[in-house]
Amino acid sequence: MADQLAKKCTFASITKQKKSKIMATIDELKEIASQVRRDIIRMVHGAASGHPGGSLSAADYLVALYFESMQHTPEPFDMDGINQDIFILSNGHISPAYYSVLARSGYFPVSELATFRQLHTRLQGHPATMEKLPGIRIASGSLGQGLSVAIGVSRAKKINGDNKLVYCLMGDGELDEGQPWEAMAYCGGNKVNNIIAAVDYNHKQIDGDTDDVMPLLDLKAKIEAFGWDVLECNGNDMEAVVSTLQIAKEHTGKEKPVMILLHTQMGMGVDFMMGTHKWHGAAPSDEQAEKALAQLKETLGDY
Amino acid sequence: MKYKVLNYKDTRSGFGEGLFELGQENEKVVALCADLIGSLKMNAFAETFPDRFFQVGIAEANMIGMAAGLTIGGKIPFTGTFANFSTSRVYDQIRQAVAYSGKNVKICASHAGITLGEDGATHQVLEDIAMMKALPGMTVINPCDFNQTKQATKAIADYEGPVYLRFGRPKVATFIPYDMPFEIGKAIVLKEGTDVTLIATGHLVWEALNAADMLEEKGINAEVVNIHTIKPLDEEAVLKSVKKTGCVVTAEEHNVLGGLGESISGLLARTVPVPMEMVAVNDAFGQSGKPDELMELYGLKDKNIVEAAQKVIVRK
Repeated sequence: MADQLAKKCTFASITKQKKSKIMATIDELKEIASQVRRDIIRMVHGAASGHPGGSLSAADYLVALYFESMQHTPEPFDMDGINQDIFILSNGHISPAYYSVLARSGYFPVSELATFRQLHTRLQGHPATMEKLPGIRIASGSLGQGLSVAIGVSRAKKINGDNKLVYCLMGDGELDEGQPWEAMAYCGGNKVNNIIAAVDYNHKQIDGDTDDVMPLLDLKAKIEAFGWDVLECNGNDMEAVVSTLQIAKEHTGKEKPVMILLHTQMGMGVDFMMGTHKWHGAAPSDEQAEKALAQLKETLGDY
Repeated sequence: MKYKVLNYKDTRSGFGEGLFELGQENEKVVALCADLIGSLKMNAFAETFPDRFFQVGIAEANMIGMAAGLTIGGKIPFTGTFANFSTSRVYDQIRQAVAYSGKNVKICASHAGITLGEDGATHQVLEDIAMMKALPGMTVINPCDFNQTKQATKAIADYEGPVYLRFGRPKVATFIPYDMPFEIGKAIVLKEGTDVTLIATGHLVWEALNAADMLEEKGINAEVVNIHTIKPLDEEAVLKSVKKTGCVVTAEEHNVLGGLGESISGLLARTVPVPMEMVAVNDAFGQSGKPDELMELYGLKDKNIVEAAQKVIVRK
């Protein structure tokens, strides 16, 4: 599927050199993603609350970003991120995936994942800056705001002569809001060319399928009509994600902003959480957690 | 000290001048506007510093998010639009991306209150102070004339943290000397007195000074305190005055619910309960009309402050 989708794209193909580098790391990235999925299940189970569905669908993309595509310095954490790629999460409810990836890439101790959603934790239910958790640059949770923030970061980088990139991940459900479209209009109209945005297009939101709750219609055509180039890939195929991110990068610095539609499955990696919206914001029982973890290989050691 | 009218200027022009000077003095300062450059007097900044100015169109939510993002990278963003669109239109964006995220964004809001005039209630926000002061960590400033607005605009750039700066549309008396010290969170005693404390903010400060003159003729010696910073409130200055006079009148171009008056009453109830009257809009929307006609209709004139003062003194 990745190849087919990549063929659809009209951008320059990645070089052989880059390809070999990617190939060498794909297995590692998959292993990390497996551990991140375990972390997600264990965190949500431990807190008896949280959002496993979207966390699981976006896990591969976040792993690809933090362990392959982005140039970033976890320690010491610099809020301004000068000369670093910066990631802005818009759909803050996938905080379990975000926290796991941040911890696993060195922003804060992995053991701290055990405090998710507990009183006085730095790992708030939705990402926040107030508790000064390294890696978080903006609060998110109230939906639809992330791309606007990412534009601001990208403009600061332009003024600063900083040629690093800004990444932003949105959920598909939050595209029901108006603000993402304000932000997309700004980017298209002003040729913002140092942002790579992405949509976790898992077709599910709290109340059901996006097609039933609030149809997105031809999402690709809509975003293109706002002046963007749109790439698509299987967002749960690590190789496809990494190669699409590479294509997206090569596309920056030109005329149009670039958006990746990540075709994903909510609950990816846990059979009984897939194909339904019911695990958007529900925690597994002890038995369900055990069943889920049996499907996810422990690769980096549980926290 | 007697205050005289130096000139008649709109407070938004004080913002525009202050912002332009900031542009020259502090290269971290950037500005964003939602299709109201002329109304906000941001022309000079926009034309002189095009690389640091962002026209976002009529998309205020996106503007607030962009401003929050610009702080990541060390910028000091000033957003500009009407007060209504600076607050109620984007309250959730301000709450999450600015206040809760602790971002150094300056939300600059013109055409506040009923003196916006003819455009009517859709644009006359009278609830903005209430909304903004309820946000943890938000500083709320409502300067009283051109000079104070310019001073405030420049002062907030040096202060680290989110600020709501509220100013107005019409030309009003400038009476604050341009070199009068301005400090965020510090009240200014404009006139000393012993019988009643008049605490005013924004356009009502000039009315309060006039009211003090009118009260003088009736043998009442009023103290006039200018609260330009509604949050954090200069509690010490308020209590010092109130302990001397024993009664208070507050005056503001805002709903009586959630405004300066409520902040003062909350303070006094906890510390020095004294008789108090509030001159404000009595839980109503505005309407079309000339600014002065509206101030008259909604009871926000000097004479209303005089009446309130006479009433409160009797209750001592």
